[in-house]
Amino acid sequence: MNPLAELGWMFTDPFMQRALLAALLVGASAPVVGTYLVQRRLSLLGDGIGHVALTGVALGWLIGAALGVAPDTLAVPGAVVAAVAGALAIELVRRRGRTSGDLALAIMFYGGIAGGVLLIGIAGGSNGNLMQYLFGSISTVSDTDLALTVVLSVVVLAVGVGLRAALFSVSHDEDFAVASGLPVWLLNAAVAIVAALTVTVAMRVVGLLLVSALMIVPVAVAQQLTHSFARTMTTASVVGVVVCVTGLTITYFQDVSPGATIVVLAVGVYAVAAAVRPLVARRRPAQDPHPDLPDDVELPPAERKAADQEVCT
Amino acid sequence: MTEPARTRPGGIGTVVTEPGAEPVIDVGRLHVHAGASHILRGIDLTIRAGETVALLGANGSGKSTLVKALVGTVTPSQGTVGLLGARLGTDRVPWERVGYVPQRVGAGGGVPSTAAEVVASGLLNGRRWWLPRGWRGRVRDALGEVGLADRADSAMQVLSGGQQQRVLIARALVRDPDVLVLDEPVAGVDRPSQEAFAATVRRLGERGVTVLVVLHELGELAGLVTRAVVLRHGVVVHDGEPPRPRTEHGAATHHHQHPHDDATRRRPALTQNPVAADPEEVAP
Repeated sequence: MNPLAELGWMFTDPFMQRALLAALLVGASAPVVGTYLVQRRLSLLGDGIGHVALTGVALGWLIGAALGVAPDTLAVPGAVVAAVAGALAIELVRRRGRTSGDLALAIMFYGGIAGGVLLIGIAGGSNGNLMQYLFGSISTVSDTDLALTVVLSVVVLAVGVGLRAALFSVSHDEDFAVASGLPVWLLNAAVAIVAALTVTVAMRVVGLLLVSALMIVPVAVAQQLTHSFARTMTTASVVGVVVCVTGLTITYFQDVSPGATIVVLAVGVYAVAAAVRPLVARRRPAQDPHPDLPDDVELPPAERKAADQEVCT
Repeated sequence: MTEPARTRPGGIGTVVTEPGAEPVIDVGRLHVHAGASHILRGIDLTIRAGETVALLGANGSGKSTLVKALVGTVTPSQGTVGLLGARLGTDRVPWERVGYVPQRVGAGGGVPSTAAEVVASGLLNGRRWWLPRGWRGRVRDALGEVGLADRADSAMQVLSGGQQQRVLIARALVRDPDVLVLDEPVAGVDRPSQEAFAATVRRLGERGVTVLVVLHELGELAGLVTRAVVLRHGVVVHDGEPPRPRTEHGAATHHHQHPHDDATRRRPALTQNPVAADPEEVAP
């Protein structure tokens, strides 16, 4: 069979259609949120939320088992609740005293994983049940999962793109945002909640352990290519979509983990961008970087000459 | 979530130019604690429309804290802060009429941003969470006001320190404020940026904008400041005429080369710039 026909097959496969749509939405929305997290130097926040979401998954299982419904049905709602609660908790800690923010993240990392493993055992499940959440299971995306993914992605994109100016202001200079009368606490909470929603949406695609990579790595790629906030966000989103769809397509033909493939692809794109940039970037002559500013200090001509010679050799 | 962009409420056009008008900034018995230290110890300060006031004082005297309490980023432990007739914490302050220039801290966050993007964030306020139509033109005008019209698309981190500071001033000016609060806008800033800043303050003064500026020394602003408030250890120790620097010491061109023997010839305070006269500031 020729490759084109195989690609055609892929698009007619209903499993693959659902998976591709989920990957497309996640690839577009995760880097939008990631841009704000990188701006705030909270790149690891997604990881912290992901670990807490694991406890939520297990909690969903536990409640599902108690109510006698299929254990998986409440896993994603449980993850949403736990992730939002965890994200708001981190935001509160960050607000109280900035120095302890990273300690709070660490505690969430370990508490989240340990809580998840403990609860899944109580619920009668095995650690194997957690694996599909830890590493993703995009091929098992159901119609319900897909509907939830669509709704949450739309919310994430609407907040992340629609409120960009306000969220930029708060992320860039919080004091100035306060002095502008912007509802800083509300906007910070919006970033935290949207980050939590992204984590739970991306959970099915790349898994909780790799969620943060999808939020952060495309932004790192985009930073190599642009110097404006808006363009960084757009570029990151495009990179996210490309790696997600490409990665998923690869796993249709090769039996490898979709989440890992997508993240490795993203890191690969970053490596290429970082390696190529110095070659492509205009090589600036070793001159005054601010020709429009006069020099503060006048050097006697002899001294200047000596300095110039030093540079030349 | 909030109502869409609205034209700004009545207020424009009501600017009163002559001093002695409505108080724009009204601070009463203000105390601020940070942990165990008592930073502001009962500040009373009233600034009326059209004044250009310099806030002077040595490092640690509480200048920045006072400014931060004014714009609401520091919570007072006691006392009141009034801004444009509204009381902070209880009333809705018309922040869209207040321009704030914080002390410059680095080049911003982890994602690069252009000067235009930073300035555009000055167009937002509690009622307007989105950029208004025609924001590009307003941003360009504000950058032109500080002499950076051609750097709108430059990334913040490639600008010099003085240029970054001017971008922050443009961010405060873009909303066309009635009162401008600046925290050390010329500290560590190159000469062209200082001159551009002085020209901006002159234009604002002529337009009737109230200006409160934290300074270490009057420098380029010496002729523009109508009143000086001096803080020392969290208390106002002088409020009135701007202190005249002794000509041979205060001039920007002065080279300070003679040995210090200040103990023998210390003058009474306030005949020269009180910042420089502070005994704690002078090397023994």
